[in-house]
Amino acid sequence: MKPILFLLLGSAGIFASEALSGAVEKQPLNMSAIIMFLIFVGATLGITYWAAKRTKTAKDFYTAGGGITGFQNGMAIAGDYMSAASFLGISALVYGKGYDGLIYSIGFLVGWPIILFMVAEQLRNLGKYTFADVASYRLRQTPIRTLAAFGSILTVILYLIAQMVGAGKLIQLLFGLDYEIAVVLVGVLMILYVTFGGMLATTWVQIIKAFLLLSGATFMAIAVMAHYNFNFETLFATAVQMKDVSIMAPGKLVSDPISAISLGIALMFGTAGLPHILMRFFTVSDAKEARKSVFYATGFIGYFYILTFIIGFGAIVMVFQNPQYLDLAKQAVDGGSPILGGDNMAAIHLSHAVGGDFFLGFISAVAFATILAVVSGLTLAGASAISHDIYASVLRKGKADGMMEMKVSKVATVILGIVAIYLGIAFEEQNIAFMVGLAFAIAASANFPILFLSMYWSKLTTRGALLGGSLGLLTAAVLVVLGPTVWVDFLGHAEAIFPYKYPALFSVSAAFIGIWFFSITDKSDTAAKEREAFEAQYIRAQTGIGAEGAVEH
Amino acid sequence: MKQEMVDRIKNDPDFIQLVTVRTKFAWTLTIVMLVIYFGFVLTIAFDPSILGTPLSAGSVTTVGIPVGVAVIISAFLLTGIYVRRANGEFDELTRRIKSKAKGE
Repeated sequence: MKPILFLLLGSAGIFASEALSGAVEKQPLNMSAIIMFLIFVGATLGITYWAAKRTKTAKDFYTAGGGITGFQNGMAIAGDYMSAASFLGISALVYGKGYDGLIYSIGFLVGWPIILFMVAEQLRNLGKYTFADVASYRLRQTPIRTLAAFGSILTVILYLIAQMVGAGKLIQLLFGLDYEIAVVLVGVLMILYVTFGGMLATTWVQIIKAFLLLSGATFMAIAVMAHYNFNFETLFATAVQMKDVSIMAPGKLVSDPISAISLGIALMFGTAGLPHILMRFFTVSDAKEARKSVFYATGFIGYFYILTFIIGFGAIVMVFQNPQYLDLAKQAVDGGSPILGGDNMAAIHLSHAVGGDFFLGFISAVAFATILAVVSGLTLAGASAISHDIYASVLRKGKADGMMEMKVSKVATVILGIVAIYLGIAFEEQNIAFMVGLAFAIAASANFPILFLSMYWSKLTTRGALLGGSLGLLTAAVLVVLGPTVWVDFLGHAEAIFPYKYPALFSVSAAFIGIWFFSITDKSDTAAKEREAFEAQYIRAQTGIGAEGAVEH
Repeated sequence: MKQEMVDRIKNDPDFIQLVTVRTKFAWTLTIVMLVIYFGFVLTIAFDPSILGTPLSAGSVTTVGIPVGVAVIISAFLLTGIYVRRANGEFDELTRRIKSKAKGE
């Protein structure tokens, strides 16, 4: 078997493990995994059929009728966040670098409390289907919706490409299917879930997958710990013997303070600007359920990161240097102890080491299910931006018929699905590691500042939001292109024009300063009216008076 | 929302209390989270060896392990602290504001 190269955390930086990339070699067909995956697909298609009968209106389609409970939504949010790439990527990072893996996962977690304290309840009280509802609440619909929809669609497509390419490669590895077949399969299933089952099916697919992933990871972590009598010191000591003492301390992941701060901002504000995450807050009945969902989501995600840390160390002691998983061909060329399929397979091999072929099949099937669930959520968010923001609000000026709007979003789902399949195949050989980083940068620099200031700053005007938000978006995009991840790694230039991998510190500042400046200098009559409208909006945001309610089925 | 209702709610002492207390509470917790997280990563950026120190002489486990796990747990606890107070005190204030807005 040939070596499989995953560029996990090369110069592409922290987001690379969210986007599995590099060349992979197709594996032999894995039957037990395929059977378990078919059971999952069968069950989720059953749910889609059940959900389709309950998805009659646009509100059902976008928000599952607003009747999801806080606990269910917390699980679904956690599911959106625990992608296959983050499960395999973080455990691989711990496996490869030890402590750095923990630093990495912590960055992804700490945005959640901030979302709870600052935006979750206000979002629920003000919005209906998309975060653009909130951003454009008292501003001019056409320009703000267009910008917000553009930011959403761009974020969704970048994220989708990364997920699709990762899906194709992962499925080659796990199931032994061809790359193209894998990508088409993911695209078609996702279109089925979303067009027929809408948010209700998408949410339940996400909940089931989150449950399976958490159960599987819990079993692996317990199996590892049982081996060492639940004594962490023994586990760490054995791991250090296998590798060396550097795995117990911070390595090269966070080096200079500017990068550390910029990365923190990208992760925190980026999470609070991801359209598929924000959309989940409209699926619960009120602000109380919205806040409970973040509490549960933070718990599940934090627990999951602790598990992946144990799993990574488990892989060091049980997989690393285990002749069963050693890639002999690669070892002959490069030396060391490379494992079959590269570091990203560490958790998969560990599942075999602790649970045999059957459990390996289970974890592989869960990894595939994870991809499906995450791309479904993304596609639904992208389709909503097209149908609710662009079609119903911009083109039809808010006078669209609900049935027609739902039809448009189904067509948009199919188109997005086809685009995702096409781009997934087109980008197969590309180094797409920068895409998730770019998606986070845009979400942090365009979506989040507009959303946040529209909720809290009375002097915000359409002109400020439009110019400042665009400035943030452009700054993020340009700095990513000129930075090391695209300019050097993707385009092949020798040296980056912009030295930092994470532009968020600069682009988020540009957005906030731009919005502030173009708002306070706006002396127009509409600007005065927009400022006056803040009071009523603020009361609704704080109390929920006049907020969208849930519908009974 | 009618202007007359906006003015009434705006001057409702319950509303003023809700907004002042909750805003202060939310910002306090946000700052606590920011201090914890940026304290953690900036410690790593400036002096990674602090977290690489063994917990006790001869142990392999470093200070960084409990500190990292504590950052994760603190994020969860902070959300718990907020939700607990919001479910009780803030929801009660909101309920009073709403019933007054509807009733009077």
